[in-house]
Amino acid sequence: MNSTLSLACSLLAAASLPALADQKLLPAQSEISFTSKQMGVPVDGKFRKFDAQVAFEPNKPEAAKIGFTVDLASATLGSAETDAELAKPDWFNTKLFPQAIFQSSGVKATGPGKFEVTGKLAIKSISHDVVVPVTLAQAGGQTTASGSFAIKRLDFKIGDGDWKDTSMVADAVQVKFKLVLSGVGPL
Amino acid sequence: MTTAPHSKYSTPAIALHWLLALALLTSFAVGLYMADLPFSPQRLKLYNWHKWAGVTILALSVARLLWRLTHRPPAELPMPAWQARASHFTHGALYLLFFAVPLVGWAYSSAAGFPVVWFGVLPLPDFVPVSKALAEAIKPWHGALAWALAALAVLHVAGALKHHFIDRDGLLARMSPKRT
Repeated sequence: MNSTLSLACSLLAAASLPALADQKLLPAQSEISFTSKQMGVPVDGKFRKFDAQVAFEPNKPEAAKIGFTVDLASATLGSAETDAELAKPDWFNTKLFPQAIFQSSGVKATGPGKFEVTGKLAIKSISHDVVVPVTLAQAGGQTTASGSFAIKRLDFKIGDGDWKDTSMVADAVQVKFKLVLSGVGPL
Repeated sequence: MTTAPHSKYSTPAIALHWLLALALLTSFAVGLYMADLPFSPQRLKLYNWHKWAGVTILALSVARLLWRLTHRPPAELPMPAWQARASHFTHGALYLLFFAVPLVGWAYSSAAGFPVVWFGVLPLPDFVPVSKALAEAIKPWHGALAWALAALAVLHVAGALKHHFIDRDGLLARMSPKRT
């Protein structure tokens, strides 16, 4: 079987399983934060608004589809002045590009409760492959997916123009997430 | 003018005096200038330099105070009692502010969520929690105390010049970097 056919088969398989669409993100309990470094100073920020479309069963990780949208205008560093700055064209340019979008292309189990999600992250309509390690923990019918990964801000033209200088703001930005889902089958 | 050797401050005291005078003046000027800048890399750079300078001033002031407490300064020159009292008060208040201004600035930075990383290398501890309300409450004090320090420095210079030009008592020579 060639790879296109196998992909088509797995897509069909995914589409034919209604249970896979049952997972829901509980945004109020979830968090997506990021840490950048300004002249050596770690500066924490977070996104207040995001959503996910998750079709994932722990026993069939290879069939999983995980989509993510993050409302970039909801980014905050904790002060009105910097938040207004983040919306500007040199940073997120939220008028033209309101959302960051992640779409998984593959999920594989790497250990008990541990998975590796591969996919494309698009910010400011620039797309790059990312590999995200995810740890799952379950309690009270809810599943918490947590992990962190690093992106290079200049890959996505975040902090363009005068802000390209990585001695001022480091290129690497650590993204951290804790996502609470309902409806995930037992691990 | 001749000055007996024992009537001069020690070399480390003189070095610290002039080094800190320069550092304080520069930090004060940069502090005034940067506060009104629009959000930019230039502003970010100046803020960090200002913080690094402030922590350096704090550290040098600790060294200076320890030196002052363990080394006898030159004997006081004759002057009216009220002038001696005013001079003691000014020096005491200046020393207090050498510590208070950087410490309050450091606290403001911590409260605002920007821990100080000395020269971009050494992360310094936060001794206050991150709190927007606390940061807003602290902020005016850093400025007010810095202005108080500036006012006392002007008074200090005015007093020194009065001794030099009006009293002509050789007071300035005690702090001169030139060897006598």
